[in-house]
Amino acid sequence: MFGKLNWSAIPFDQPIPLITSLVLVVIILGALALVTVKGWWPYLWREWITSVDHKRIGVMYILLGVVMLIRGFADAIMMRSQQALAINAPGYLPPEHYNQIFSAHGTIMIFFAAMPLVIGFMNFVTPLQLGVRDVAFPTLNSVSFWLTATGALLVNVSLFVGEFSRVGWLPYPPLSEAAYSPGVGVDYYLWAVQISGIGTLMTGINFVTTVLKMRCPGMTYFRMPMFCWTTLAASLLIVAVFPILTATLAMLSLDRFFGWHYFTNTAGGNPMMFVNLIWAWGHPEVYILVLPAFGIFSEVFSTFSGKPLFGYRSMVAATLFICIVAMMTWLHHFFTMGAGPAVNTAFGISTSIIAVGTGVKIYNWIFTMYGGRVRFSVPMLWSLGFIFTFVIGGMTGVLLAIPPADFLVHNSMFLVAHFHNVIVGGVVFALFAGLDYWFPKAFGFRLHEGWGRASFWFAFFGFWITFTPLYILGLQGMTRRLQHISVEQWRPLLDVSLVGVGVLIVGAACQVTMLVVSILKRDELRDVTGDPWDGRSLEWATPSPAPFFNYAVMPNVEGEEAYWDIKQRAIETQQLTPEPSYEPIEMPVNSPVGFYTAVFATITGFSLIWQIWWLAALGLIAAFAGFVVFAWRDVHELHVPVEEVARVDRARRAARAALIERLASQGALP
Amino acid sequence: MRCDVAMRGWLRRGWRWPARLGLLTATMLGGCSGGVLDPVGPVGAADSKIMMDAFLIMMAIVVPTILLAFWMAWRYRASNTKADYRPYWSYSGRIEALVWSIPILTITFLGGLIWTGSYQLDPFRPLPSKTPTVEVQVVSLDWKWLFIYPKQGVATVNQLVVPAGAPIHFSITSASVFNVFFVPRLGSMVYAMPGMVSQVYLQADRPGELSGLSSQLSGDGFSDMRFQVKSVAPSDFSAWAQSAKASGPALDRAAYVDLSRQSLNVKPFSYRSVDPMLFNDIASQAIAPAAGPAPAIRPTSAGATAGGR
Repeated sequence: MFGKLNWSAIPFDQPIPLITSLVLVVIILGALALVTVKGWWPYLWREWITSVDHKRIGVMYILLGVVMLIRGFADAIMMRSQQALAINAPGYLPPEHYNQIFSAHGTIMIFFAAMPLVIGFMNFVTPLQLGVRDVAFPTLNSVSFWLTATGALLVNVSLFVGEFSRVGWLPYPPLSEAAYSPGVGVDYYLWAVQISGIGTLMTGINFVTTVLKMRCPGMTYFRMPMFCWTTLAASLLIVAVFPILTATLAMLSLDRFFGWHYFTNTAGGNPMMFVNLIWAWGHPEVYILVLPAFGIFSEVFSTFSGKPLFGYRSMVAATLFICIVAMMTWLHHFFTMGAGPAVNTAFGISTSIIAVGTGVKIYNWIFTMYGGRVRFSVPMLWSLGFIFTFVIGGMTGVLLAIPPADFLVHNSMFLVAHFHNVIVGGVVFALFAGLDYWFPKAFGFRLHEGWGRASFWFAFFGFWITFTPLYILGLQGMTRRLQHISVEQWRPLLDVSLVGVGVLIVGAACQVTMLVVSILKRDELRDVTGDPWDGRSLEWATPSPAPFFNYAVMPNVEGEEAYWDIKQRAIETQQLTPEPSYEPIEMPVNSPVGFYTAVFATITGFSLIWQIWWLAALGLIAAFAGFVVFAWRDVHELHVPVEEVARVDRARRAARAALIERLASQGALP
Repeated sequence: MRCDVAMRGWLRRGWRWPARLGLLTATMLGGCSGGVLDPVGPVGAADSKIMMDAFLIMMAIVVPTILLAFWMAWRYRASNTKADYRPYWSYSGRIEALVWSIPILTITFLGGLIWTGSYQLDPFRPLPSKTPTVEVQVVSLDWKWLFIYPKQGVATVNQLVVPAGAPIHFSITSASVFNVFFVPRLGSMVYAMPGMVSQVYLQADRPGELSGLSSQLSGDGFSDMRFQVKSVAPSDFSAWAQSAKASGPALDRAAYVDLSRQSLNVKPFSYRSVDPMLFNDIASQAIAPAAGPAPAIRPTSAGATAGGR
């Protein structure tokens, strides 16, 4: 009846997961009770859960990403403290638990923290920058988000019911096959990633279509802001490689469930095929994360230098170059599996060639500051911290791309330090920069500057104190994923690394404080103009927060920096363009289909993990029924009356006129 | 100690400054404490030399780039009224040419290093030497290492004994899951994979005690997949092989199946004799791959409702 599920799945004998789960359950129940008592359900349901507004979905993605970032960080704290304690000692985490923690850390950070955060920014920013009112497929977008949330939920359920994967964030067979990993851990991994991967694939399709087909009048390809280009490149990569992930994990599931032989030791299976396939997805995945991050930095460098981006076309070329070469480098993850020198040479060179694209980008950002008026606001601090961190991470990356050097440090702590160097320094710094930069556009007030600065400095130094020792440990021959350590000389460096984690905790606390202080002081920090940073792209032409239809009248773009041109013309002529004639707007109606699908996807995923076949079938049928009902809907669109459009836009124009007057009085540009 | 092995070459070539910088970095990076930058053999020395060469080439670009970034941000800070403001300057053909050519040139240079290095240090390539090559067959098991000496007819577990000064040809396979055979101070690591035989040629230049490990997660006992490496004088090596033949159990099929069961923290020991076909049969899977966790906690068949985890 209940497949493999029974009471022994609950970890009554393991205090750490048990207590964590109980605390989480209490927090969740408390939150639900609060919402019920305060009567917030109708608001949440109407404005958020069923919303198909790209901005709301973007905010929900970012919220999910932040929550999972905290979960992944908690895993990281446990890993670093276990290694510092377990030198010629058992530490406090036995291998079967420690292995789950590093597997969960990697899985969560890539799939459920970095991806939702990056996709959240793509959602929130891209349509605004393109001057359109929504993405190409708004309801599909909602389904994508809720499927990602399903995956995140399943990972967290594994804490309390059963176990998570113990075989690392990429489940290499034969270790991940049923013979060597008989528990449900790998199945939790497979179905959580599989379900959220479908959501991500649909996001990719959505954003390729949006960028290619949904630009406002005059927004030609070479007038798009850099962030839109990186969204396009990342979405193209998603469409190209996520199907590989889905197929690979499906084959592993078939091996595990039905005893098939794609990747098994015996009967013609080949585990190396898995390694090839998973990295054919896995390496482009890195660029799916980092390209939008580059987009964020491009916006920040340009805005806070008060100048257009240097070498815009060069940047576009470098982005597309990276997009293509990213798919030709996967083999560098296993130079040490004994491919011949010709193969290793080809992939070593293709990997280091990517550094040409990133190198060009770095120099273009530096020359964007040349002749500028650089303001060291919080997003700019993250961006400068990024240049320092990422250049060094890129250098160690090229070292790893040299096969003979990789023969010494493959899978070592040096590698661990390298990829945190580029993912934290590249992606996470960008996400924090973007959070500070676009927060006013989402909520109508800026984030507190002082706490933002503090969180940057703690995160920056915390990062380097944590990971510099890991580089050195890697060169001393320490491999990754060790549950206990038998080399006494490594103790001082592991201790330093733990101190670094402490500094990072302070940084994270500063971020939380920043959020709380900003909410309390929101009236002081209010952005009345809609253009708090003296912005250059179209999103800053809307009021903060932007109305759900974004633009009362579709903008007409005449140059590379759409909003900057409009603003300069208004300052010169000392007036806004004449009031347009307003027309009613059609917007897509909210739909519960995303949430509904996710509920049944969760049930299906959970029953597949525990092999409760009847429930899995029932869940699939119910999810499909939701899709059918949606396909037969009668009402597609919401009619926004012309009075409402005019009211919102007149308020915006009044704020805008005040801003123009202030800017003009400060003197126009030379 | 011998932390300057990789640096000696540069000193000879007159690269005094880079060599000193490299020496300093190597010291900082733990080169003197038995890591990969403190090699005891030609393969490790060549690997780490390529690594340090590439590091220095890139430092020549990376340091100026970082300094330029900080200088640019500081020079053009908004409060500096002396710097001119060029609000529309966003293109310069010359600078574009420069910013594309700097990374291209660096990568061209490194590309050459990658090309030659990959061929010279291909793990499958025999080491040139007048001393005859010693054969060692390596099998990774859950969770210990089995070393078979086919010529000597002995085998060891978690202990590798090699003659100093002679090239050693390792043929590597796995009885169960992936592992990586790695002795940091000897150099290049190679995967141990079931159903496949990978190879690496290594050499220890002088007698000494080293340690080896697996650098690929192989399950709950992974942290204990460490082994002692004893590099001994050639005469001591033959003496050791003779004494190993005199004691310990025999490694036949039954003993192997027994050994291949999952076990933790196995103390080094040796077998006095070895079935000569054993390695081939493991690699070709004529002997079935080693089992995973004990059957009690494994589901009886796919989709069956065996209780527990």
